[in-house]
Amino acid sequence: MNLAPVDWLIMLTYFVFVIAVGVALKRQMQSSSAYLQSNRSIPAWIAGLAFVSANLGAQEVIGMAASGAKYGMATSHFYWIGAIPAMVFLAVFMMPFYYGSRARSVPEYLKLRFDEKTRAFNAVSFAVMTVFSSGISMYAMGLLLNLLLGWDISAAMWLCAAIVLAYILLGGLTSAIYNEVLQFFLIVFGFAPLVYLGLRDIGGWSGLQLALEKVALAQGYQAGAWSNTWQYMGSTAQNPMGVEWFGLAMGLGFVLSFGYWCTDFLIVQRAMAANSMSAARRAPLIAAFPKMLFPFLVILPGMIAVALTQTAGHHGFALPAKPDGSLNYDLTVPMMLKYYFPQGMLGVGLTALMASFMSGMAGNLTAFNTVWTYDIYQAYVRRDASDKHLLWVGRMATLVGVLLAMAAAYLARSFNNIMDVLQLVFAFINAPLLATFLLGMFWKRTTGHGAFSGLVAGTVAAAVHHGMTLPIHAAVGVKGGWLASTHLYSSEMAQNFWTAIYSFSACFACTVLVSLATRAPDERQLSGLVYSLTPRLRDSSVWYLRPGTLGVIILLATAVFNIVFW
Amino acid sequence: MSFDIRNPIGLLFTITGVLLTGEGLWSGVSRAPGSAGLQVNIWCGIIMIIFGSVVLLVARLRNQHKT
Repeated sequence: MNLAPVDWLIMLTYFVFVIAVGVALKRQMQSSSAYLQSNRSIPAWIAGLAFVSANLGAQEVIGMAASGAKYGMATSHFYWIGAIPAMVFLAVFMMPFYYGSRARSVPEYLKLRFDEKTRAFNAVSFAVMTVFSSGISMYAMGLLLNLLLGWDISAAMWLCAAIVLAYILLGGLTSAIYNEVLQFFLIVFGFAPLVYLGLRDIGGWSGLQLALEKVALAQGYQAGAWSNTWQYMGSTAQNPMGVEWFGLAMGLGFVLSFGYWCTDFLIVQRAMAANSMSAARRAPLIAAFPKMLFPFLVILPGMIAVALTQTAGHHGFALPAKPDGSLNYDLTVPMMLKYYFPQGMLGVGLTALMASFMSGMAGNLTAFNTVWTYDIYQAYVRRDASDKHLLWVGRMATLVGVLLAMAAAYLARSFNNIMDVLQLVFAFINAPLLATFLLGMFWKRTTGHGAFSGLVAGTVAAAVHHGMTLPIHAAVGVKGGWLASTHLYSSEMAQNFWTAIYSFSACFACTVLVSLATRAPDERQLSGLVYSLTPRLRDSSVWYLRPGTLGVIILLATAVFNIVFW
Repeated sequence: MSFDIRNPIGLLFTITGVLLTGEGLWSGVSRAPGSAGLQVNIWCGIIMIIFGSVVLLVARLRNQHKT
C-alpha cells in the first residue's frame, strides 16, 4: 500500500488533535473522581457516542467484516438481537442501580450489593482481562500495520501505545471519552464511502443479492443463506454459522449479549460518567440508534467483498487466499480500503482503523485504572489513602497498565496458544456474571454467599461443558473435548452459545439455592441496590425523551430490521 | 466541563476535508482500481467540510446561548 504525503498529513492531524484533547483537559484533573469518573459530568449524547464507540474497537470492525464475508447477513444477529435488546434493558432497568447507588465501578456495585469476596473476584479477574485484551489488540494492530505499510511490528505497537498513554495520562477518562466521540465520526466518514463504492461496484443491493446467491450455492447452502437473517436458522445444517434459533436467541441474544452490555465495566463506565441519572439512562439508548445501523457499515463490506470475489474473473476485487487455499477474511477491510480509496481517502480509512485500535486500548486502560485504584488499591492496599494519593495511583495504574499490555502483546507474539487458553479462561469467568447481576438487582433475597458460589459454579460449569464438547472437525485441546467427548457441535459458535447457556443456568440455580440456605441480607441496606426496595424513578423529561419511550421505539425499529431482512 | 468537544470535532473534520479536497483538485480523479475516474477525494472532502462547519456553528451557537 503506497501512501502519499496527504495521507501522512491526515494521520498526523488526527494524532495532534488526540493529544491536544488530552492537553486541554489536563488542568481539570485535580481529583481522583475527575480523573477516573469524569466527575460524573458528561452530557448524554457524548456518553452515548462514547458508549457505542468503546465497543467499536478494531477487532469489531475487522471481525464483523470477516463474519459478514463468512456468514453473510446473519452476522447482523450480533447487533439486532446480540446488542440492542441488552442496551435497552441496561438503560431502562439496570442503570438506575449502577448510577443511583453512586458506585464508582461495576465491581464496587457488587461490593455494595453483596460482599467483599464477590467484588474481589470480579475486580481481579476484570483487571487481568483488560490488560490481556488490550495487549492482544495491540499485537493485532502491529501485525496489520506491518502487513499494510511494512512498519516494524514493535515500533508500530510502541508508537500507538505511547499516544494512548499520553492522552489518558493527561486527561483521564474524559480524554478517553472525548476521543471515542472523535473516533466514532472518523469511522463513519471513513467507512461509509467504502460501502458506497463497493455497492456501486457490485450493482447495488440487487446485484449484491444475486452474487451472494452464487456464494451460498457454491458452498452447498440454499440460495438465500447469505442474504437472510432468520430464514435459515431452523437447523444448524442450513446456515454457515452452524447454529439454530434457540441457541442463537438464548445463548447470544440473552446470556452473552446481556452479560456483555449490562455487566462489562468497560462499556458501562461510559454511561456511569454521565451528568445525571436521566443522562446515564439515555446514554445506552442514544448508543442504540447508531448501533442499529452499524451492520450496514461494518458487515456489508464483508458481504460485498465475498460477493465480488465470487464473481471476479481475472480483474476486479478479490479477497486474498491463505496458504491452504481458503479465503483470508480478516483482510477484508484493509484490502477493500486499498482497492477503492485513492490516496487521501486511504489516509482517512487507515486513520480510522488505527483510531479504533487505539480507542480499544484506551477503553481497557480507563476501566483498568479505575478498578485498580478503587476496587483493589483503596479496598485492600490502603483504605485510608487521601484523594490526592488516589489520583497519583490512578495515573501510575495507567502507566503500568500500558506496560503490562505491551508485555501481553509480546507474549501473544511468542506464544499464540497461551493467549487462546487465556481468552478461554476469561470466557469461563465472564459467562455466569449475568445471572449474578440479574438476581442481585431483582431478587432481594440473594445473598453474598449465594452470589459468590454461583459465580464459581457458573465458571466451573462453563469449563466442564467446554471440556466435554467439541465443534465438528476441531482437534481436541483449546477448542474443547479436553475432559471427554460427549457431544459434537456443528460449529464453534454453537458451542460458545451453549457454554454460555449452561454456565448461566448453573450460576442461577446455585445462587438461588445457596441464597435460600444462608441468612437473608438486611433489607435496610439494600435500598437503591435492589429493584423492589428502591423507590420508582420519575424521569421528569418530556414523554418522548423518557427511557421507556425511547426503549420501545428502538425495539420496534430493530424488529422492523429483523423482519425486512428475515 | 471547560471546553466543548464540538470544537475539536468540527475543526478536525474541516481540516481533513480541506486536505482531501485539495488533494482531489491537485491530482484529479481517483486512480484506485475500484473507483477509477471518480472524484472520491473531492466529494468526501466537501461532505467533511460541510459536516465540520455545521458542528462548529452549533458549538458557537450553544456557547453564545450559555453566556
